[in-house]
Amino acid sequence: MKTVEEIKAAIEAGIPGAGVEILSNPSPSAQHSLRLDPSHAVQVATFLRDQLQFDFLSNVTGVDWPDKEISEKVKVTRSVTKTVDGKEQTVEETVDEARKRVEPGCLEAVYHLFSVALKDGPLVMRMRTGNRTDQVELPSLTPIWRAAEFQEREVFDLFGIVFRGHPDLRRLLMWEGFKDHPMRKDYVDPDDYEYEPTPHDEVLKRAEAHKAASQPATTAVKEL
Amino acid sequence: MSGSGFVEDEKMTEGWNRPPVIEPDGEGELLEVAMGPHHPSTHGVFRMDVALDGERVIRLRPVFGYLHRNHEKIAEGTSYLASMPYTDRLDYFCSLTNNWAYALAVEKLTGQEAPERAQYIRVILAELTRIQNHASAIGFLIQEMGASGTPLMYAFKEREKILDLFEALTGSRMMCNYMRFGGCRVDVSAAWLDGAKKVIAGLPGFIDEFENLLGSNEILMARCQGVGVLRPELAVNAGVSGPMLRASGVNYDIRKVDHYGIYDRFAFRVPLGDHGDIYDRYMVRILEMRESIQILNQALKDIPSGPIMDPKSKIRGFRPKPGEAYGRIEAPKGELGFYLISDGGPNPYRYRVRPPSLINLTVLEDMCLGQNVADVVLIFGSVDIVLGEVDR
Repeated sequence: MKTVEEIKAAIEAGIPGAGVEILSNPSPSAQHSLRLDPSHAVQVATFLRDQLQFDFLSNVTGVDWPDKEISEKVKVTRSVTKTVDGKEQTVEETVDEARKRVEPGCLEAVYHLFSVALKDGPLVMRMRTGNRTDQVELPSLTPIWRAAEFQEREVFDLFGIVFRGHPDLRRLLMWEGFKDHPMRKDYVDPDDYEYEPTPHDEVLKRAEAHKAASQPATTAVKEL
Repeated sequence: MSGSGFVEDEKMTEGWNRPPVIEPDGEGELLEVAMGPHHPSTHGVFRMDVALDGERVIRLRPVFGYLHRNHEKIAEGTSYLASMPYTDRLDYFCSLTNNWAYALAVEKLTGQEAPERAQYIRVILAELTRIQNHASAIGFLIQEMGASGTPLMYAFKEREKILDLFEALTGSRMMCNYMRFGGCRVDVSAAWLDGAKKVIAGLPGFIDEFENLLGSNEILMARCQGVGVLRPELAVNAGVSGPMLRASGVNYDIRKVDHYGIYDRFAFRVPLGDHGDIYDRYMVRILEMRESIQILNQALKDIPSGPIMDPKSKIRGFRPKPGEAYGRIEAPKGELGFYLISDGGPNPYRYRVRPPSLINLTVLEDMCLGQNVADVVLIFGSVDIVLGEVDR
């Protein structure tokens, strides 16, 4: 079993400038992961399959990391004019200041690789999108491992990551015409799943309009 | 893939792992058929949009999602333990192996370990599950071949005895909800173990009978041999696992590779197929049942006494430290994995099921192209899926 460090070194020797980064996992499972640079991901994946014999892509999934608002206390040094002993002086003062900053979120695709040939694994790979709204493209690894075909479709469906180069990127579990991505953390589910507009809705709307128009007349009669 | 022992033929050219494009022969029109979602052979609600040239399949598109209820989202909204009964409903034929896979993933996340006796109970229950799953899978396959009822009822007769054992132990026949993080829910009694021994003693006779009835049956051989062939390189590349992968001749059994639980203590063999056709998948399942009986006999002989729960494991206020873990087992249908991310809270931040049934269907089109439409039903049946797991 090769360690993540050895695999990283092998990738960097094989593909200069691959931009692989190790993300450590503090849990007892100790399954550390490699973060790939999306622009080199296809090259790195091909290298992993052909040279390091990671021929079995087991699991593909997505993770949603929403924008995080972080409140923190920052020590700020300011120069303040103060009256000390009847004289005006400029004094350096350190104050605690509460600040809020927004850490931008992203969508993450996670791949678990095993090697059937070497009976080795798992190797965890991750890729991150630029943000959660308009830069949601990642390269598809389906041309390299066919196992990703349905799973990347599922990630596209439920998380909204668009896999460039996927041969057939359609929704897998939700129906065509569904708008949102249900596995995102900020997804709000509809009040009524079964609701469909019917012709009767229009009749009801017209009736409401008539009612509103006839309302003042009836109140006038009552006042008399 | 050099050195992996596979035949180096037409592969590694561009698009070798895509289904081939089959041209119609130009006579007559193409017929598009929607097989399902209510076709009796789809094992639930599953649809295949098939394009036919005469009787020949030239395109096949599986359509999923009829049973989708977003199990993963529901699990992320509830505590770790509360998802355990819900895992029963994934592959409802094999609730005990689902429980085990989930418990294993959580144990990896928290560093717990089940005690000795619980490990033995887990192995016994998992192998009983495997036997009843394979028996009914074969029964359904033969049913779809046209042998209406009889072989399936032979399989169900035996499955019934195993389900009775599950009921006696867990209180439920199919929705067992039995494993816990760091152990099992209740202990097995000596009477239960004796009952299990009796059931297992009857199993070899059943498998012999089943095999004598079916194995050399002319119709079964004519319809299964050489039909729905899956090449080993494609099987590995497409993430196919379980009996389907081994029927294609790839020696990969997670019980042997990962040694999860205590599988390294038992002597058993991994049956492999030669041709990767439906007949091999049938045969691999028969042989796996025989190997499961070997494991069961050893486990029932060696089972020690002792506690069944890790005393350190928490039921209330269970909050794993931040981190992530992927745990997988060899479920009867293939590699069943659970991927969990904890953010230190009482609920998993991310909960993912790696469903073997869905991923084994990736190659359905490749196996069906160029075959007769009647064989699609058989090829689909030989994959052995449960829609509760495919759509989740």
